[in-house]
Amino acid sequence: MNDIYALLRHSWAGLRVLIAATLVLGLGYPLLVTGIAQVAFPWQANGSLVTADGSHTTDPSEAAGSALIGQVNDDSALFYPRPSAAGDGYDTLSSYGSNLGPEEPALIDAIKERKAEVAAREGVAAADVPADAVTASGSGLDPHISPDYASLQVARVAKANGLTEAKVRELVADSTEGRTWGVLGDAHVNVLLLNIAVKQAAH
Amino acid sequence: MNAVVAAVLQIVVLIAALALTVPLLGRYLAHIYTSEKHLRAEKVAYRVLRVDPDADQHWRSYALAVLGFSLVGLLFLYLLARTQQWLPLSLGFDPFPSDGAWNTAVSFVANTNWQWYSGEVAAGNLLQMAGLTVQNFVSAAVGMAVAAAFARGLARGRGQGDRQGRGRVGNFWADLVRGVVRVQLPISVVSALVLIASGTMQTLRSHQTISTLGGGEQTVTSAAAASQEVIKELGTNGGGIFNVNSAHPWENPTPFTNMLEIFLILIIPFAMAWAFGLIVRDRRQGGAILATMAVLLLGGTALLTWAELAGPGTAPQLAGGAMEGKETRFGEAASALFAAATTGTSTGAVNAMHDSLTAPGGGITLFMMMLGEVAPGGVGSGLYGMLMLAIVTVFLCGLMVGRTPEYLGKKIGRHEISLVAVYILVTPILVLVGAAVAVSFPAGPEGILNSGAHGFSEMLYAVTSAANNNGSAFGGLTSGTPFWNTLLGVLMLFGRFVPLVVVLALAGRFASTRPLPVGAGTLPTHRPLFVALLTGVTLVVVGLTYVPALALGPIVESLS
Repeated sequence: MNDIYALLRHSWAGLRVLIAATLVLGLGYPLLVTGIAQVAFPWQANGSLVTADGSHTTDPSEAAGSALIGQVNDDSALFYPRPSAAGDGYDTLSSYGSNLGPEEPALIDAIKERKAEVAAREGVAAADVPADAVTASGSGLDPHISPDYASLQVARVAKANGLTEAKVRELVADSTEGRTWGVLGDAHVNVLLLNIAVKQAAH
Repeated sequence: MNAVVAAVLQIVVLIAALALTVPLLGRYLAHIYTSEKHLRAEKVAYRVLRVDPDADQHWRSYALAVLGFSLVGLLFLYLLARTQQWLPLSLGFDPFPSDGAWNTAVSFVANTNWQWYSGEVAAGNLLQMAGLTVQNFVSAAVGMAVAAAFARGLARGRGQGDRQGRGRVGNFWADLVRGVVRVQLPISVVSALVLIASGTMQTLRSHQTISTLGGGEQTVTSAAAASQEVIKELGTNGGGIFNVNSAHPWENPTPFTNMLEIFLILIIPFAMAWAFGLIVRDRRQGGAILATMAVLLLGGTALLTWAELAGPGTAPQLAGGAMEGKETRFGEAASALFAAATTGTSTGAVNAMHDSLTAPGGGITLFMMMLGEVAPGGVGSGLYGMLMLAIVTVFLCGLMVGRTPEYLGKKIGRHEISLVAVYILVTPILVLVGAAVAVSFPAGPEGILNSGAHGFSEMLYAVTSAANNNGSAFGGLTSGTPFWNTLLGVLMLFGRFVPLVVVLALAGRFASTRPLPVGAGTLPTHRPLFVALLTGVTLVVVGLTYVPALALGPIVESLS
């Protein structure tokens, strides 16, 4: 009985502490960080949006996408992103990885199919298609592809846009980031920024 | 550069960052959990809130304060989730169903942060901030407080002029407030700004639709992501703002932010071990505990990195790499490192889908959790978990040489070892009974996505994650059902609070006992030999409990 009484007494004190914590940590802290962020880093804080000519914006009505979020590509003159398991593809309202395991028949079939498709599209052997081209990312929103997958697409993109392969390779290099400090993560090419650059060069 | 060399150097960068900061933070933690002085702002807060921060609480009173505070947090979060449709900043989302609100309330109060819902379409900004972010802070501070109370219990009577504690272990309110105000909050503000500068989102706008380069539509989902992201990692919480957690580019945009997040996950659990040595006034004791945690984590990291880079299994071999469920900017190595850190601690954030890891890789993430979250474990809970195993180790060694065992001069008698036994047994019982319940009812396997052994692994992973308060998932499992929400809620609740009360009971017991002088027969608990023994005991005692269950899932999948 004494313990129950003590528990109630502590719960009452706990409620007072929780209310204070909610004000400080639940409202004060995020609002403070948001306030500083909106002044100091407005572009990043609002989703790293870019316009169709590649310049930064915070206005969604001007934006053609986010530099951090991949997009579905239906234009065979441009670079393709990785397969996506987010909704019908790159749907930010349903971020999702396939969650299929390494022995799952559905995944194995999908990889076979994608491999054949990419090989036919780029005119290369199936064995030359890199892993990221045939696998869905964790977020379903991966804005990047590997340098290998980009390089595989150079010939097609160059031809479709009347550019030399050397020029397109140069554009790929401009959109490529190596491992941070030489060791962190993996090399990656930003597909949206690359496609914007290709469109501008083709003009 | 060769991928393996880069992977190794990436781990070296992390170790260097931790080696530089852990002793500093550890010293600071030891100070704040032993100092009698309050900050001026704290004094004002204590007066306004009418709590006594100076009473040296008996362990029972301390435990009841922990439980009372957590109970209120649970009820508050439940109400918030059930009523968010009427509250501002909720983005027009519906209320959580009752089973879902129960699951989420327990989950965040128990420092587990299992998520059955997709944040971007279910949890409004007010619920995320005023509900979830708050528990991200305080549930972590509770873990740190209990670990500090345990360390003080062991320390009582060890110094000159110290009197026995008569079961007294310190003041919960002061521990709670200090953990938040003096440790978590400053680190969070600074780290959040670094994340935002690197691209993490932090906005309170509503969702906006944009038209894409190809003329399609895409939604810019709105979230105060960075502020929650930081404390999610720092407090080993793990609940993502978005469905895909730290794989989402708006949460974790670059390889640098990825490394920062891994660093934040590991810094407090390791620093608590360092602080432990200082609190018991023998730095080497903390060093031995820290070394054991590091050995286990490094082993897990090495195996996971190997598994993901080698990419065994039909799908990875066919694709030419284990990239399913992984982000290009992280690649296999940084994904494996994150996976090891998040399961070695009780964090449960993910930057790659664990369900799509290779069979041995997924098995290792499961095994890391099954160790009981001690490598280095959750903030605070990792330390007290490892200390329980240290007591088991001295007990086993004592049996071998026929001496009454002692740890830091405190005798391990029948009463003490009984409490430790309860601690060691609770989580495996929850996991195994939970798994048995899940396979016995049709509603359990209904949620499975993958076929065969991997499908069983999804369920085993869920119950293991819940009972160990990790919170990561083999995400293919559809867990947003009344069955899973209820079951996992129960596992999370008992998995958190039963061990926690046992730890405080033991702390009270130790605080009351006079330390024995070190004798010729005392087992030294600060030497490499003890680190080896403790590592062995952890792997054997805890690991073996689960081998039959693991054999049905990842082991059989690895061999197929």
